[in-house]
Amino acid sequence: MKILATYNIKGGVGKTATAVNLGFLAARDGYRVLLWDLDPQGAASFLFRIKPRVKGGGQALIHGKRPVDVAIKGTDFENLDLLPADFTYRNLDLMLDEAKRPDRRLASLLAPLKRDYDLVILDCPPSISLLSESVLHAADLLLVPLIPTTLSVRTLDQLTEFVAGFNGHRPKVLAFFSMIDRRKRLHTQIAQDLPAQRPDFATAAIPALSVIEQMSVHRAPVTVFSPRSLASKQYASLWQEARERLKLPQPS
Amino acid sequence: MRSGSSEFLLDCDPGATPDVASAVSNGSGCTFSLSGDATVRRVRRTWLDTFDWRLYRAGLALEQVTASGRTELVLTGRDGERLAVAQAGSANGSGQQARWPALLGILPPGPLRELLEPVVGVRALAPVAKATSQVRQQRVLNPDAKTVAWLAIDQMSVSYPARAHAAPRLAVSAVRGYQAQAGRLGSVLATMPGVRLAAGIALDAALAAAGTEPAPRTGDIQLTAGMPSAAAMAVILTALLDAIEANVHGTVRDIDTEFLHDLRVAVRRTRSALKLAGGALPGDLAARYRPEFKWLGDLTTPTRDLDVYLLGFDQMTSGLVAATGQDLTPFRQYLERTRTTAHRELARGLRSARFARLTSQWRAELASVRASGKRLAVAKFAAERIAVAQGHALRAGRRITAASPPSDLHDLRKRCKELRYLLEMFGSLYDAGQRWQAVRELKALQDCLGAFQDAEVQRSEIHAFADRMLAERSAPAATLLAMGEIAADLARRQRQARIEVDGRFAAFAGQAGQSRLTALTEAGP
Repeated sequence: MKILATYNIKGGVGKTATAVNLGFLAARDGYRVLLWDLDPQGAASFLFRIKPRVKGGGQALIHGKRPVDVAIKGTDFENLDLLPADFTYRNLDLMLDEAKRPDRRLASLLAPLKRDYDLVILDCPPSISLLSESVLHAADLLLVPLIPTTLSVRTLDQLTEFVAGFNGHRPKVLAFFSMIDRRKRLHTQIAQDLPAQRPDFATAAIPALSVIEQMSVHRAPVTVFSPRSLASKQYASLWQEARERLKLPQPS
Repeated sequence: MRSGSSEFLLDCDPGATPDVASAVSNGSGCTFSLSGDATVRRVRRTWLDTFDWRLYRAGLALEQVTASGRTELVLTGRDGERLAVAQAGSANGSGQQARWPALLGILPPGPLRELLEPVVGVRALAPVAKATSQVRQQRVLNPDAKTVAWLAIDQMSVSYPARAHAAPRLAVSAVRGYQAQAGRLGSVLATMPGVRLAAGIALDAALAAAGTEPAPRTGDIQLTAGMPSAAAMAVILTALLDAIEANVHGTVRDIDTEFLHDLRVAVRRTRSALKLAGGALPGDLAARYRPEFKWLGDLTTPTRDLDVYLLGFDQMTSGLVAATGQDLTPFRQYLERTRTTAHRELARGLRSARFARLTSQWRAELASVRASGKRLAVAKFAAERIAVAQGHALRAGRRITAASPPSDLHDLRKRCKELRYLLEMFGSLYDAGQRWQAVRELKALQDCLGAFQDAEVQRSEIHAFADRMLAERSAPAATLLAMGEIAADLARRQRQARIEVDGRFAAFAGQAGQSRLTALTEAGP
C-alpha cells in the first residue's frame, strides 16, 4: 500500500480537486483506493455526496477508540472508498498532541488497511501543523500543487528542505503547477520553464478552467463528467507521473 | 466499493415480474430512488465442486463467472460472502482458461488455492451446474443522489444438469458504509407480493430449477431388524453396485484417483459380503458371482497400487537423508509410465462386454432376490455372521508370535477387515454411538496392521521396480541408491508398526473390547 498526500500550506490551490481526480483515475485503473478527507471543510466528501461525518469524530479515530475501517464509505465508483471529513478535524492538532508519537500517528492508523488498499490518498487541509507533520511522515509521495509565482516556488523549497531533515522514511516530493491563468505572462513563463529545470516538478500542469469549478455542481470528479476535457487529460498525465514516482505495481 | 458481506437475496415466484421501482420509492419509510441508468449484463456461470460435493458440504461455493470477456473464479460462503477471487487462468501462466474437470494444481498459487486445498484434497473439480444470467443492475440512490446500494434482478437460464428457467432473484448489495440503508431496502422488497428472502445461494436455485438437489446422500442403507436376510443382503449389494457404477465414468476418464479408490472399495465390500454373508442369498447366487467380482477387483489393483505410490511420493522423498528428491525423478517417471499402461488396461476392462454383463445381470438378480423375500430375520443373521467373524479375528490374532511371518499378520488384517465390513454393512441395525465405541479398538488395530502391510508390499515392490528399471536401463545409480534409502525407511516403519501390533491386538481382544462388540449385536435389534 502506497500513500500519496496532496499538500500545500496555502488553501485554494487545487489540492482537493487533485486528490479527487487522481483517486478516481487510480480506481479506474484497477487500484483499490482510499481517499481520506482530512480537511474539516469536507470538500472531497461533498464532491462524492458523502456526509462529512464520522461517528465519534476525529477523537475516536486518532485515539483508536473506533477502527478506521468502520468509518469508511464506498463512493459511487468501483474500487474507490472515502474516509469522510468531520468538523471535529479542525482540532486534529490538539488530538494528535495528546497521542503517543503524534508525527507517526497517521501512519500507524493506516497500517491495518494495507491488505485492503493499494493506494491511500490524503487530502490535507491548508496548514503547517502537527497534522501536516504526521501526513509528511506517513506519505510516500507528496503531491504539491503550486500557483506559478516566485513565492510559491520558494514555499516548495522550504518544504523540500524540511522533509530532507527527516530521519528514516522521507517522502518524495512532486510539485506541479495548478490554476495556471493563461492570460498571465508570468504564469505561462514559470509553468513553461521550471518543470524543464527541476526534477521535482511534474510535466503535467492543471490550467484554471471553469470545468474544474463545475465539479461542485456535478458533485463528481471532472474526469468523470468531462473525460475529454483538457483538465481531465492533464489530471491523467499527472496521475501517470505520480504512479511512476510511487513505483506502484500493476493492479492485481 | 461494494460490501460483499451485506447482500440481501430474495427469491421471486416463478414467472413473477416484481415492480421493484415502485416498491423502492413507495416502501414504508423509504427515501430511496432508482437511478435511470440501468445496465444489463450477460453472465455465464459454472459452479464447480468435487464428485462427492466436498465444497458444498463444507458450506462453500466455487463459481466460474464470465462477463464482458473476463473470467474469474469466485469462492463464496453459504451466506454469499466472497472469500477469494482469482483469474480463471491455468497455473502454467499460459493465460489459457482452465478446462474442467481438473485438479487444483491447474489453479495459480494464491489465496483461492490455499482455501480450496484442505477441502478438495486429491479430488478434481468438475462442473455441477451451468447457467446464463441476464443481470439487470441499477443503483439505489439516497436523497443526495448518492449510491447506497446496487439492486440486481437476475434471470437465470440453467443449461446443466438440465435445461430450465430459474425463478427471478433480487440481490441488494450494500455500498460500503451503507449496510443499514441496504438492509431497510431489502426488508421493503421482501414485503412485495411473490417475493421472499432467498432460501439458498444461486447454485441452490439453479439445481432446484433443474429438478435436482446438491450433495445427494448416496449409499445410506436403512435396514430393519425384521427384514428377511436375503432381501437385506440384496439392498446392501444393490447400494454397493450403485457405488461401483457411479465411479466407472470418472475412473475410465481418469478424472481423479478417488473414483478408482471408491470403485475399488465398493468391489471389495461386495466380495466380502458375498463371502461372509452370501449364504443368505438364494441358491448358488453368491458362488456364481464371486469369481466375477474377484476378476473386477484384480483388474483395479495395479492402477490403485501405483496411485498409492504416486500420491505418497512427495512424503516418501521428504524423508531422504543421503539422496535428494531429484535422484528419484527417473523412478517417478517410471511409475507414471507404468501407471499409464495399467490405467489403459483398467479402462479397457471397465468398457468391456464382460463388465457390462456383470453389472446388468447382477442388478437383475438382486432385484429378483428382493422380490422373493426369503424368511430369516436380518438381525439374527447379522449377529451370527458378526460372531463368526469375531471368532476368526481372535483366532488369527492369537496365532501370532514374535516369529510369525508377515503373511500371518496379513491374515489377521484380512479377518479384521471382514469383521469391520460386517459391522458397517449391518450398521443401520445398531445405535451409531454404540457402534463407534465397539469398533474403536478394532479400527486402531486395523490402522496398525495396514501400516505394517503397506510397508511390506511397498518394500517388495520397490525391489521389483528396481529390477525392471535396471532391465529397461532406465535407472541411474543415484536413483537406485535413493530407492534403496526409501526401502530402508519402509523397513524401519514396518518394524515400528510390528512393535505396536501386539498392544493393539491385546486391547481389541481384551474383555472390555469384546464385551462391547458382543453387546452391540445382542442389544442392537
